[in-house]
Amino acid sequence: MPQLDVTTFAPQIVWLVITFLAMYFIMAKVALPRIAQVLDERQTRIDDNLEKATALKKEAEEAATAYETSLAEARSKAQEAVKAVIDAANAEQAKKQDELAAKLNVDLEAAEARIAEAKDKALANIQAVSSEVAKATVEKLSGVSVDDAAVSAAVAKAMEQS
Amino acid sequence: MSNNPLHQFEINTIVPIEVAGIDASFTNSAVAMIATVAVVSIFLIMGMGSRRLVPGRWQSMAELSYSFVADMVRDNVGNEGRKYFPIIFSLFMFILFGNFLGLLPYSFTFTSHVAVTFAMAMAVFIGVTLIGIARHGLHFFTFFVPGGVPAIMLPLLVPIEIISYLSRPVSLSIRLFANMTAGHTMMKVFAAFIIPLGFLGGWAPFAVDVALSGFEFLVAFLQAYVFAVLTCIYLNDSIHLH
Repeated sequence: MPQLDVTTFAPQIVWLVITFLAMYFIMAKVALPRIAQVLDERQTRIDDNLEKATALKKEAEEAATAYETSLAEARSKAQEAVKAVIDAANAEQAKKQDELAAKLNVDLEAAEARIAEAKDKALANIQAVSSEVAKATVEKLSGVSVDDAAVSAAVAKAMEQS
Repeated sequence: MSNNPLHQFEINTIVPIEVAGIDASFTNSAVAMIATVAVVSIFLIMGMGSRRLVPGRWQSMAELSYSFVADMVRDNVGNEGRKYFPIIFSLFMFILFGNFLGLLPYSFTFTSHVAVTFAMAMAVFIGVTLIGIARHGLHFFTFFVPGGVPAIMLPLLVPIEIISYLSRPVSLSIRLFANMTAGHTMMKVFAAFIIPLGFLGGWAPFAVDVALSGFEFLVAFLQAYVFAVLTCIYLNDSIHLH
């Protein structure tokens, strides 16, 4: 068995020591730091990105809250504005109605006054006409000329009774 | 090529060198070791050449080997193991690529030699013991006294503990050496039957060798992993004692 040939032990061990030391220094000084650096960078990058993502998410949530708040504000403002407009319109309408009513009242009063005047005039005319009719009737029927004042008094008396 | 299944393990001197009375000849084993170091270095350094944030396939494999060993060290040793990570990583990759390159036809598997595996196991054993003594001083030797045992049993148990501790480098080195040697020998034995059995009969040993090749890749990885994990466990023992 070649493995048990003692004369080959020394050269094998000598070259094992040489090559393994070379291996160790290449690994420890060159290869491993490179890999470690890349892995560290990646980890840092991932952590950074996660942090960034968390921050962005928080920002988005804040924006959403702000949006909700402003939306609610706008809604209440709009309601207030609508209410103000409705109130103004109601007030205007009420005012116009009042004005119209007042104007109508004035017109009505004027009309009533005119009617009353016309009525008075008519009544007065009726009395005069009645007196004349009564006087003419009495003259025609009895041939007696009657005094104007007496006829007027009698007519006024009769009209008051009726 | 000889049909002797053990021929593949022979050490051939390429350049005879002798330094201070020690035979330091450059052999086919040294070629395999240098090739392993070169392939691992190229694999890791060139794989990380672009240092991309989103890795490609090659960079992914380099990163995967890093995190595989880093997780192994963290799980078995804890945070104190961080400073031993480079040595365990080197050990794992050295054995793994030594095993893999040894599976190439006509190549040499330096991990199939007990001199190499025992030297590595002894280095681990001595290193781990020194770390334990440096961290705990004489208190380290309480490691050989199992807790919760009646005093009367101790004269029996302490020698057992010491023997089991001393046998660690033996089991660590024999496991790797025996697995690699047995696998390669078996493949060679079946391969030697392919041509003599002719065109009709040769398919059977050929099919076995195909299956064995896949199996040997598993063994190559598994033995490197076992060696590294046991190193971690021994390290954990001397750092934390029990």
